[in-house]
Amino acid sequence: MAVHELSIKLAGEAGQGVESNGAGFARAAARAGLYVYTASDYMSRIRGGHNSYLLRISDQKARVHRDSVHLLLAFNPHAITAHLHEVVPGGAIIVDEGMRIPEDPVKAAGLQLFPLPLKDLAERVGGSKIMLNTAALGATAAVTGFDLAYVEGVIRDNFGSKKGAAVAEANLKVARAAYELAGDRYGRRFPWKLHAVEDAPRRYLLNGNQALAMGALAGGCRFISAYPMTPASSIFEWLTAHAQRFNVVSKQMEDEIAAVTMAIGAAYVGARAMTATSGGGFSLMVEALGLAGMAEVPLVVVDAQRPGPSTGMPTRSDQGDLLFVTHASQGEFPRLILAPGNVRQCFEAGYRAFNLAERYQTPVIVLTNGFLASSLETVDAQDLPFDEVRIDRGELLDAAALDGLEEPYARFRVTESGVSPRALPGHPKAVYTTPSDEHTEYGAFESEDVANRLQQQPKRMRKLEAARAEMNGPSLYGPGEADVTLVGWGSTLGALQEAVDELNRSRPGSANLLHFTDLWPFPASAEGALARARQLVVVEENQTGQFARLLRAETGRRPDHLITRIDGRAMTPDYILENLKEVALHVGSQAV
Amino acid sequence: MLDLKLYKSENKPTWCPGCGDFGILNAVKQALADLEIWPHEVLFVSGIGCGSKLPDYINANGFTTVHGRALPVAQGAKLAHPGLHVVAVTGDGDGYGIGGNHFLHAIRRNIDITHIVEDNLVYGLTKGQYSPTSAKGFVSSTTPEGAIERAVNPLALALANGATFVARGFSGDPKHLASLFAQALKHPGYALVDVLQPCVIYNRLNTYDFYEQRVYRLEEDANYDPHDPEQAWQRAHEWGERIPIGVLYQESGVPTYEEQVPALAQGGPAQRPMPPLTEAEREALLAELV
Repeated sequence: MAVHELSIKLAGEAGQGVESNGAGFARAAARAGLYVYTASDYMSRIRGGHNSYLLRISDQKARVHRDSVHLLLAFNPHAITAHLHEVVPGGAIIVDEGMRIPEDPVKAAGLQLFPLPLKDLAERVGGSKIMLNTAALGATAAVTGFDLAYVEGVIRDNFGSKKGAAVAEANLKVARAAYELAGDRYGRRFPWKLHAVEDAPRRYLLNGNQALAMGALAGGCRFISAYPMTPASSIFEWLTAHAQRFNVVSKQMEDEIAAVTMAIGAAYVGARAMTATSGGGFSLMVEALGLAGMAEVPLVVVDAQRPGPSTGMPTRSDQGDLLFVTHASQGEFPRLILAPGNVRQCFEAGYRAFNLAERYQTPVIVLTNGFLASSLETVDAQDLPFDEVRIDRGELLDAAALDGLEEPYARFRVTESGVSPRALPGHPKAVYTTPSDEHTEYGAFESEDVANRLQQQPKRMRKLEAARAEMNGPSLYGPGEADVTLVGWGSTLGALQEAVDELNRSRPGSANLLHFTDLWPFPASAEGALARARQLVVVEENQTGQFARLLRAETGRRPDHLITRIDGRAMTPDYILENLKEVALHVGSQAV
Repeated sequence: MLDLKLYKSENKPTWCPGCGDFGILNAVKQALADLEIWPHEVLFVSGIGCGSKLPDYINANGFTTVHGRALPVAQGAKLAHPGLHVVAVTGDGDGYGIGGNHFLHAIRRNIDITHIVEDNLVYGLTKGQYSPTSAKGFVSSTTPEGAIERAVNPLALALANGATFVARGFSGDPKHLASLFAQALKHPGYALVDVLQPCVIYNRLNTYDFYEQRVYRLEEDANYDPHDPEQAWQRAHEWGERIPIGVLYQESGVPTYEEQVPALAQGGPAQRPMPPLTEAEREALLAELV
């Protein structure tokens, strides 16, 4: 049995420490040089309900979580019935001895049950039953043969700074006691083991929201105004946590309309400003998006998608806003849309969005989702490429250029590229007005005469031509030629890559992947890449195949099949492979 | 004092002859000239409506935004560039109706902006519907039987939420109005100047005559103390035979929002250079992720 990789799931009620324990063990594994990928599954409530946290730990790069579980930590009986079917044969379930559990189905499924006196041990050794969580961590390390020192380090860091040395020491005692007991009883019975990787380079554990916020900060973002909304809030919270050190103005506003318009005001006078929200909040911001388009203000908006319509499934994930953000707001104006697919791409989107926004003086939307927002991924140093960050402010006139201006400044000068050299308010030679009405080159508004409109509207839209040429085309993963080409965008990258790997392992040359991160304007280079595909299967997390429609509208290429997921749970390789079988069955394909 | 001609725009106002907005425009120019604020040092942010066209008719930085949103845009500009004098210009519908929530929160935030509300008690640009400040019973195209709601009392609303500067002016008295604008511009914090401004086309009730017979200047009342919240509250509710204009209330010594933001200690983000992160800064960020 493979000892290089295993998946652990923690499950229980909100408030039982499912997420904090899971994230703690993830950190310990990352410190041991292992790669980790996590997926959290939780409900929109503070206490109760049913939550789970999945960790995939491997000595190879883990790009996504998998559906099967080797070790289940069940914090209540429901966790067993809910997740029993996910545990592989020979896998095990750790439970507290005092918990009444249905043993028969566990046995029937060929699973092992590892009862342990977690609560008693926590009370006896640590002095508090709350430390049951810590006992569970110790037990997990024991059965997987994982070096307890890494877990101890995380416990020290987690408790030491917040609750003091005495609390940390009590927790360490509990972890050690549980480690010994569980090791003695079950260590030999659990076949999957975690070994620390010797001399592993320093790796970093973070989620897409953190990466996006960090990339934005590196890219000069010093202003965020937002209204809290799951799953976007942690972008706002991350920048706020770093506000003092990096002089970031961070402002929680009364609503999303105020959040986006405040960001427009800040961007207008020259700050790199953003707002982050989810689809419902984005809906409210739509009018202001058009304002930024007409006023040519470089605005960055993050839409962390969750399933809709309306309030939908607040803590789940989705890709259902694509066509909405592509068309949101009345009339026509240039906008750019980026959809990063993993932690590295979130970091890149963070600074690229600002460069694009300032180069084209128009709004840029970053489309992420609940999955990217909350899944922790271990990355290597080169996946947070600070060295590649460039701050490109586009055609921005500095004070010296303005001092030497001979003619009156025309903010909206008609140019071939559509980009007019921009002056920030505050210079004596560049006093101008910026109207949301149609306006002249000098900003005078209510300029509705035909000739002026025929100059200004095409001027703005011309920006899209240059942008289309510089948008990154899809990245190819897998062999250049394949029987089936999977097509995806944004957050499903890891799942698609692993699905392609599995297909090629069983039949070399059977599949490859074209993954899009730059969605709008639709990259000019996409057509060539798509032309080489024989059978095109679009995979996305919405019901109607929004990307497939975009693809067809922009390239004329009609995808052969569509695999969708709308249950709010993130795409996995297993889900793709399962659905690919059905696709192949229907068309009688030999491909997969 | 700077020359008033400095603020002359090349664009000719499209307001109706006799519109109260002319008085406001002239008074604003006078206040800027008196305070020696140059056109490039001030930013007017407006919403949508007749009065919101004002930035186009004055030589100064201007941003006409969308309906109701002047206040958050203005606050964003001020927080990003505290060196600018920022003036939000809204109408009564714009400021108290669609933008009512922003009004409420701008008051309690106390960001150093001046908020001028051209309050004509009717919707002008959409041709005569009742507005949040129209009197109960006001007959308009959308209230043929008379408005059922009570009117919003912006002065009382501002006082109740902790505004540090609350004033009312009358566009028929531009000299007095200019002095109110100047005081508002000088006030550190959010300053509201609600301006009674006749709409000569759609409001046949609140005319120049109506106001001229009723308004009186608070500063001419020797007993009035604009630092006394109780007196201010009382006068904010005075509407009928006598209508007060002037500074109703001013609270000094209250720190502005931006003075309390550590990130703004060295100026706003729009005023600072944008260097890449230093090696030490990157390392500190990465250390959090291990």
